[in-house]
Amino acid sequence: MTSLRTHFRSFAQAPRRFYSGAPSTAAKLNLPVDYKTTPILHHTSSSLSNTEYPAGATSKRLNLYQAINSALRTALSKSDRTIVFGEDVGFGGVFRCTMDLQTEFGSDRVFNTPLTEQGIAGFAIGAAVEGMKPIAEIQFADYVFPAFDQIVNEAAKFRYREGGTGINAGGLVIRMPCGAVGHGALYHSQSPESLFAHIPGLRVVMPRSPAQAKGLLLSSIFEHNDPVVFMEPKILYRAAVEYVPNEYYTIPLSKAEVIKPGNDLTIISYGQPLYLCSSAISAVEKAMPGVNVELIDLRTIYPWDRQTVIDSVKKTGRAIVVHESMVNYGVGAEVASTIQESAFLRLEAPVKRVAGWSTHTGLSYEQFILPDVARIYDAIKQTLEY
Amino acid sequence: MSLKLLSRNGLRSQPVTTARIVPARRWSSSISQRPGSDSVRFPGAVNSKFTSEMAFLKASDLPAIPTYRVMDSDGYQIDKTRPAPNVTNEEVLTWYKNMLSVSVMDVVMFEAQRQGRLSFYMVSAGEEGITVGSAAALTPDDVVFAQYREAGVFQQRGFTLKNFMSQLFANANDTGRGRNMPVHYGQNYPRTHTISSPLATQIPQAAGAAYALKLQDLQNPNRDPRIVACYFGEGAASEGDFHAALNIAATRSCPVVFICRNNGYAISTPTLEQYRGDGIASRGVGYGIDTIRVDGNDVFAVNEAMKEARRLALSDGGRPVLIEAMSYRVSHHSTSDDSFAYRARVEVEDWKRRDNPIIRLRKWLENQGIWSEEQEKETRDEMRKAVLKEFGEAEQEKKPSLRDAFTDVYEEVTEEQREQMAELKRILETYPDEYDLRPYKDGINGLD
Repeated sequence: MTSLRTHFRSFAQAPRRFYSGAPSTAAKLNLPVDYKTTPILHHTSSSLSNTEYPAGATSKRLNLYQAINSALRTALSKSDRTIVFGEDVGFGGVFRCTMDLQTEFGSDRVFNTPLTEQGIAGFAIGAAVEGMKPIAEIQFADYVFPAFDQIVNEAAKFRYREGGTGINAGGLVIRMPCGAVGHGALYHSQSPESLFAHIPGLRVVMPRSPAQAKGLLLSSIFEHNDPVVFMEPKILYRAAVEYVPNEYYTIPLSKAEVIKPGNDLTIISYGQPLYLCSSAISAVEKAMPGVNVELIDLRTIYPWDRQTVIDSVKKTGRAIVVHESMVNYGVGAEVASTIQESAFLRLEAPVKRVAGWSTHTGLSYEQFILPDVARIYDAIKQTLEY
Repeated sequence: MSLKLLSRNGLRSQPVTTARIVPARRWSSSISQRPGSDSVRFPGAVNSKFTSEMAFLKASDLPAIPTYRVMDSDGYQIDKTRPAPNVTNEEVLTWYKNMLSVSVMDVVMFEAQRQGRLSFYMVSAGEEGITVGSAAALTPDDVVFAQYREAGVFQQRGFTLKNFMSQLFANANDTGRGRNMPVHYGQNYPRTHTISSPLATQIPQAAGAAYALKLQDLQNPNRDPRIVACYFGEGAASEGDFHAALNIAATRSCPVVFICRNNGYAISTPTLEQYRGDGIASRGVGYGIDTIRVDGNDVFAVNEAMKEARRLALSDGGRPVLIEAMSYRVSHHSTSDDSFAYRARVEVEDWKRRDNPIIRLRKWLENQGIWSEEQEKETRDEMRKAVLKEFGEAEQEKKPSLRDAFTDVYEEVTEEQREQMAELKRILETYPDEYDLRPYKDGINGLD
């Protein structure tokens, strides 16, 4: 919606007051994420090799919104069936993801819509079922709910309902910025992936970094014929910078990635909390020499890569699931339950969940409600010492 | 929504009792087509003449709905033959000071945000006439649902500078318990519901609230009947909730006045890309709602239209009214926006210079001989000092207690939440260096 629709520049540019308090000066764990050194990001172009990225590709340092922009530009160039639209998309979008695209590809294919999420989603579904590749932007995940009927009852059920006609809403991608930034309060912080992951028929994706985002977004548009809800952690739009291949490439959906191997404990997460997990793992491994923690990025939240997770937990015997949104009926519940069903006899400790508490993201309390490095650190120690 | 197949076919979980089966009768609204009739007698359009001429109604052929104004941009009454606006000098001066106060606060707080002392702010520059002028026509018992650019409504309804600042700094005196982003004000009485960021959600709520007031006032004829006033922007009027609200308010004859602030922009999207057709006002007519368009820079026009709208809303058992108040968003959308990325600076400067509700009312007051350059300067200085004083005090005030992170989700904290509070407390105690609890009232004991 809407909304205050607000916040764009302040996220990274304007000086800002953190309502839930600056980090304590004595803090050793809850420090601001250092995106310049985190092992989650590719800080050199050479580290892109030995991965899923195309071999020998040229690359460029991009932040997350620039990588999304690059993916959209690639998609618009690759197929004239691709159209990009949403509120304020014409001038580049409030987070700058569609910058310059209208100038390059014209206002027939890149355009502003009126302020109506249900209209945007329904319009996108209609275009998809008639053969286009619509990429619809919802300005904030917090404002997707008027579109819930269209997404849940229409996009997700289209193929099933049409059956033998073969008509489906594949090619549809609904992008939305999600997640907390420290001052978004009730309506600029939410991360509603579990609501969509409950709906068979939708693919729900959340990238952790610029290079991941480009490959996963292009995969969503071109490699899968299912509607995709593509959630972009907005705190990373400017903060996360890494080398991103210039050319077209895809990263498979429904495939998790072990981003740090280890033998003693498995942490399963996705999106921004991966950076917190990484910091907590470093601290634990420093404090407890010999301990080695495995970190898995789910990447696609549904349908999810159960095998990679189960294989890992069978190896380590211990698991923690970390996500930002509320713990109650969240992704962690599904993952933990699947682990105990499939790896029960290998478990050395209960599967722990570190997630947002069962409340709303009140402005003054965000840092206490959402998972932080200290809580993840504590969970790792408790699980190892169980 | 859907076809509602289940309920229509009687496939309910409860058995249908014979008592529910009503004997066949002719409903008063039932209509049949008589042979030879010259007009439509279908139930969906009962006063339409048949015609042999096929002609599509073209929106572009219809004259634009006129814009009501009382005073011109030099502060003079346009129609000298009508009586002067029916307000005392004292009242007009109060309006002016309220408009000015909001404007002074906007300048200070916008700057404070730029200095990093506030995470976010939204000014209402250019729309003070709409908010103050309309709120002045309400009684304290009327109920308001607003969007987020209606500081003038709060000001006119008695919200104090301390109230504004407590909310903006999310401190322990904030009625929102420090939970909401800045400018999401709220007060219990005169009831002005706490602002919710999602757009247009308040509009159907306003219809329902008006229906509640109508029933309660029918049940208690001793009290003065009340209305609901509902504010929103022209961008929000694109949401489904807007259309749902007008339709349901019309069918249930709800005493609600919808006030659309049409300021030309929804963040970057100009009205040309927001809608085609004659603004928001033309939609009111489509829903069978009494509608007027007013000049939002003319506080008298806004106030007169709102007074009459309130009277209409309470007449004949209640009905909704739509006011479209025209203005120009001279500000950026919010402190997060740089509007010169999508509109020319000169366009904005032009509007600021050409017309502005505060300057126009000031000219009127000066023309009446009840305001002067010195009073203006003195008042502005006093207001600025008052804003800065409350600003300083609110900034120093403690934040609410940590327990308020969990309270009010349910009427009572749940068993699961109590366990989470205990776990959070354990973490805070185990890792004291990782958290700064000093700004919070009661510190760690807030979680007891």
